[in-house]
Amino acid sequence: MIRVQREDFDVGAELTRLAAGNHQVGGIASFIGLVRDMGGSDRICALTLEHYPGMTERKLAEIEAEANRRWPLAASLVIHRYGRLEPGDRIVLVAAASPHREAALAACHFLIDWLKTKAPFWKAEETAAGERWVEARAEDDTSAESWKISS
Amino acid sequence: MKLLYFAWLRARVGCAEEEFALPPEVCKVADLLDWLRSRGGGHAEALRDLRVVRVAVNQDYVGLEHPVREGDEVALFPPVTGG
Repeated sequence: MIRVQREDFDVGAELTRLAAGNHQVGGIASFIGLVRDMGGSDRICALTLEHYPGMTERKLAEIEAEANRRWPLAASLVIHRYGRLEPGDRIVLVAAASPHREAALAACHFLIDWLKTKAPFWKAEETAAGERWVEARAEDDTSAESWKISS
Repeated sequence: MKLLYFAWLRARVGCAEEEFALPPEVCKVADLLDWLRSRGGGHAEALRDLRVVRVAVNQDYVGLEHPVREGDEVALFPPVTGG
């Protein structure tokens, strides 16, 4: 399931719902991304997440379908927020449920790696010096690429 | 055709969205980017370095050789930074 929303989510409730009534689920792996503040001269007051409505949902659905093609998942979930968020706020929840832990853990890792390089979201940081668009990291591309050969 | 701009590309171009008739000399993405740059101002500034510009046609990532047709939705944006 894919959800793109402004409001926060309840991690416990979402994970409970993911496996509810499905007794084939032996484990759920999850990743929760938060707004961080590295402190020092780079202090972040807030973060604004912009996205491309339509393409975002489409790309997330493709990524989720790919995870389900690669691993035997009982259920999967991606919730990504947009709008203005403050340090400590939740940004994203990715979860994968499977009869076995290996598939759940690998699929969860895959989902967040691919989401980071393919889903059209952009972060602008509010700092004391003004607004600054976050630049993409080459390491994220490398992480996403690694799934092409290892699975 | 409809053009959409996101993140710092939107800020530099100065608008989020514009619609215009496809110029006759534009057949592919590379032509469209050349034509936009030739308009100067914010467009030329935003598209100065194409290494940091990603293109989607009808909500799918495409390369510079991808065809562009009347009625397409073309989006220009920097490398994504979600998650």
